[in-house]
Amino acid sequence: MSLAVDDLRVYYRTLHGDVRAVDGVTFDIADGEIMGLAGESGCGKSSLGNSLVYLTGRMRFVGGSVELDGAPLPIWDFEAMNRHRFKEISVIPQYAMSALNPTRKIGAMTADLLGSRGIHYKHLAHEFVRRLELVGLSEEVLGMYPMELSGGMKQRAVMVISTLLDPSLLIADEITSALDVSTQKAVAEMLVEFRDRGFVKSMIVITHDMSILYQVADTILVMYAGHLVEKAPAGVIIDSPRHPYTRLLISSLPEVGVRYAERRLHGIPGTPPALLNPPEGCRFRDRCPLASAKCAHTPPFVEIGDGHRVACWEAAA
Amino acid sequence: MSAPGNVSTVTTRDELPAGTAGSPRDEEAKPVSGLRETLYFAVRNKKLVFGLTVTLSMLALAILGPLIARHPPLEYGGHLSLAPTTQDGYWLGTTLLGQDVFSQFVTGLRMAFIVGALGGGIAAIVGMVVGFTAGYRGGIVDELLNMVTNVVLVIPTFALLLVIAAYLQVRGIMTEAIFIGLTSWPWAARAVRAQTFSLTSRDFVSLARLSGSNSRQIIFKEIAPNMSSYLFMMFILLFGGAILIAATLDFIGLGPSNTISLGMMMQLSVQNAALQLHLWWWFLPPGLAIMAIVGSLYVMNVGLDEVFNPRLRSM
Amino acid sequence: MLRYLLRKLLIYSLTFVVAVTIDWSIPHLMPGNPVLALMSRIQIQNPQVAQHVYASYMRSFNLDLPLWKQYYYFWVSLVHGDLGTSIMQFPTPVSSIILHAIPYTLGLLIPATLLSWYVGNKLGALAARRKVLDNTLLPFGYILTATPYMWIAILMSFLFAVTWQVLPVGYAYDPTAGRGWSLTFGYDLFRHWLLPFLSLFLVACGGWAIGMRNLIIYELEADYAHYLESLGAPRKLVRKYAFRNALLPQITGLALALGAVIAGALVTEIVFSYPGLGYQIYRAITNEDYFVIQGIFLFIIVGVLIANFVVDIVYMIVDPRTRIGMQEGGQA
Repeated sequence: MSLAVDDLRVYYRTLHGDVRAVDGVTFDIADGEIMGLAGESGCGKSSLGNSLVYLTGRMRFVGGSVELDGAPLPIWDFEAMNRHRFKEISVIPQYAMSALNPTRKIGAMTADLLGSRGIHYKHLAHEFVRRLELVGLSEEVLGMYPMELSGGMKQRAVMVISTLLDPSLLIADEITSALDVSTQKAVAEMLVEFRDRGFVKSMIVITHDMSILYQVADTILVMYAGHLVEKAPAGVIIDSPRHPYTRLLISSLPEVGVRYAERRLHGIPGTPPALLNPPEGCRFRDRCPLASAKCAHTPPFVEIGDGHRVACWEAAA
Repeated sequence: MSAPGNVSTVTTRDELPAGTAGSPRDEEAKPVSGLRETLYFAVRNKKLVFGLTVTLSMLALAILGPLIARHPPLEYGGHLSLAPTTQDGYWLGTTLLGQDVFSQFVTGLRMAFIVGALGGGIAAIVGMVVGFTAGYRGGIVDELLNMVTNVVLVIPTFALLLVIAAYLQVRGIMTEAIFIGLTSWPWAARAVRAQTFSLTSRDFVSLARLSGSNSRQIIFKEIAPNMSSYLFMMFILLFGGAILIAATLDFIGLGPSNTISLGMMMQLSVQNAALQLHLWWWFLPPGLAIMAIVGSLYVMNVGLDEVFNPRLRSM
Repeated sequence: MLRYLLRKLLIYSLTFVVAVTIDWSIPHLMPGNPVLALMSRIQIQNPQVAQHVYASYMRSFNLDLPLWKQYYYFWVSLVHGDLGTSIMQFPTPVSSIILHAIPYTLGLLIPATLLSWYVGNKLGALAARRKVLDNTLLPFGYILTATPYMWIAILMSFLFAVTWQVLPVGYAYDPTAGRGWSLTFGYDLFRHWLLPFLSLFLVACGGWAIGMRNLIIYELEADYAHYLESLGAPRKLVRKYAFRNALLPQITGLALALGAVIAGALVTEIVFSYPGLGYQIYRAITNEDYFVIQGIFLFIIVGVLIANFVVDIVYMIVDPRTRIGMQEGGQA
């Protein structure tokens, strides 16, 4: 499968105007690729990921196009998208721990869900149990209510349910944020395993935690204030990023085994611009140590190496 | 009484991208102060405006009416069972016994507002005290108060008021309001307690505790202001509920013994066979007034909910 | 699960004791000798009857005994089902008055409560579905729930009974017609029952509809609803789940609303002279027949406690969360 996103714009309607959360985003995902989508809170990554599946009430599709496996994906049409949801494109939501109906047993809910999509539960029951056991949940889970499961168990159950129909594209939205570190590792590894076993073809893993992406992702796409900033294979992003933002981001991560006795951990001074009336040109300009007059014009997202794209006048030079 | 489920819970705002109204990174956006923003939405909310208008008109009538009525409400005039007319100021006609219905009506309106404000106010205060204490302290205090609340909640307050009021020979409007207030608070206490629980667990309360504020200060300075809109809406519901309960008590014959009220008007009209005699001006206006006041209070409440909770606003 | 039931039983027993205590203590809170005060209000002409009533009062109040003994004997007579004797309808015992009135009141209450709950919930769910329906049903619902029970009874009586004369104006059945178990009698009973029932039904229905509508809107915004929708589940499934989840607090609400509906039934009976408890209470208040008032009060209390308990059991069966034994604070 492959995903091609071209100049996608998704804004939030508010009384003060449009919040331009996803403001002209273009990228590709190849078949079998796990792409990490990273950035600070409020940079638009969740909006981008979710807009591909499900536009919530305030979100408004403004422009651009999305193609999944060569066919256009009508994300602006709620009803038309239903054909694709769950079967071709699926999501593990940020709120996975409360995503299950509290008054329905897990097995019953899944049966209801499948039945409503025209699939007989009987056909998939066996596979469902197999996958549950794969993530460490026993068959008994089917007869339990959500409240009988721990947070991690619910997360894993949701992971299995969301991928039950073997979607081409899976969007995993901050699925490790609420977990402890060891569980994070287990869940991240599960994601890769899903891809390796063919349950899912490609994935977008949304997180603000770069270390997870380093473990899991093939490529990483960094987003800042509604714009794409850099995309490259995971190793390249971590070891040799080109965009100033990415560099500052990586350098602000503490390293294991290093003690900061002499140096202090650097953050990035300043805050991202408000997306209500974003400034012209590069949005990182105000905080960027390399900014110059050129940056008044928005830098294009250009390819500077093998699979490595950057949106920066300095980096692309 | 108000239907359960009528009061919506305080909702927390979803996480929206930077720049959406209400998010912390709003400094670049045009600053609109909290109060002004509230007022902006308030005047544009049809339900709120409608409800407020009706309520205030009735209030005006309650205040000014008795001043312009030509005859004392309980005085037996000469004309019996007069239909509404402009003659002699009998704008709503007279009762079977020659009393001025308009005068009774506006006096009754006054009584309704007094009982609503007082009864609702007392219920709100007791409910808040119990609810805040139980919600903030938790533990054994909460268990105890919970038990008390449940006991008072289950006792059909109406039956209780029946017995108490029946034994009291002289009843004034104040006594009625106090009784209603003292029996309607459990529902309010429960609601306040639930909200207090969720607020107490938030960080700003822990901060306040760390900085040395005592419980009373925390409740008054930190928790209550965050619930102020909720408390206000709660008071409105209690207000309306008190009016309904009072009307029911009055209708059964347990109303204030020295004056007239809307419920009593209905009682007297039924007792005197006003229905059979087609004296519609006697029994229709009182109930209509109650329906108008309480109904507009409820509608106002819904409007307030939309104003205070941005999520409910339709774009 | 058992803990839940035991807790409820504890509260109800406590409530019962409190209610009985209040009932017993009220006359004693009046200044002076309560019996003399009561006697002076009634002003019985016939000295023999006065003697009888005085003796009956003294027996009932046991004023010569110490306070705690009076309290004790009150409980004793309660357990024996002796609720005293009516003054106005002397020598009819209060329990007999109540027993004769109960069928009529229950005949109004039970159908009205259950039907209004069912229909109201369905209507509320319907309103939550479509904006168009919502805009018409909602204000209607608010108007209905804001209407005092007695007034809608008056209105119905005035319109249907007095003006258009399609239904009888009061009482449970036509006294001139025969009273046997026949179809005509049944029909007669039904005709007399219809208006009071409708009054109760309409007002209660409005309340339930509004409550349900709000609850469903809340449920439709829950995380599980969003999740199902993002997996492409049709609206029907989401609505089905939302409805079921919204019903739970409505069940609890049934117990809470009972007090209001009883009050409504009482005043409705008064308007229609329907011979239930409300009618008896009205007469008792007018005639200062205190034992009847006390007796009916206790009876209502017991009835409400039982109904509450039944609702609690139903809730426990229906909500899996209580069965699993999770915390049950804060529901509804």
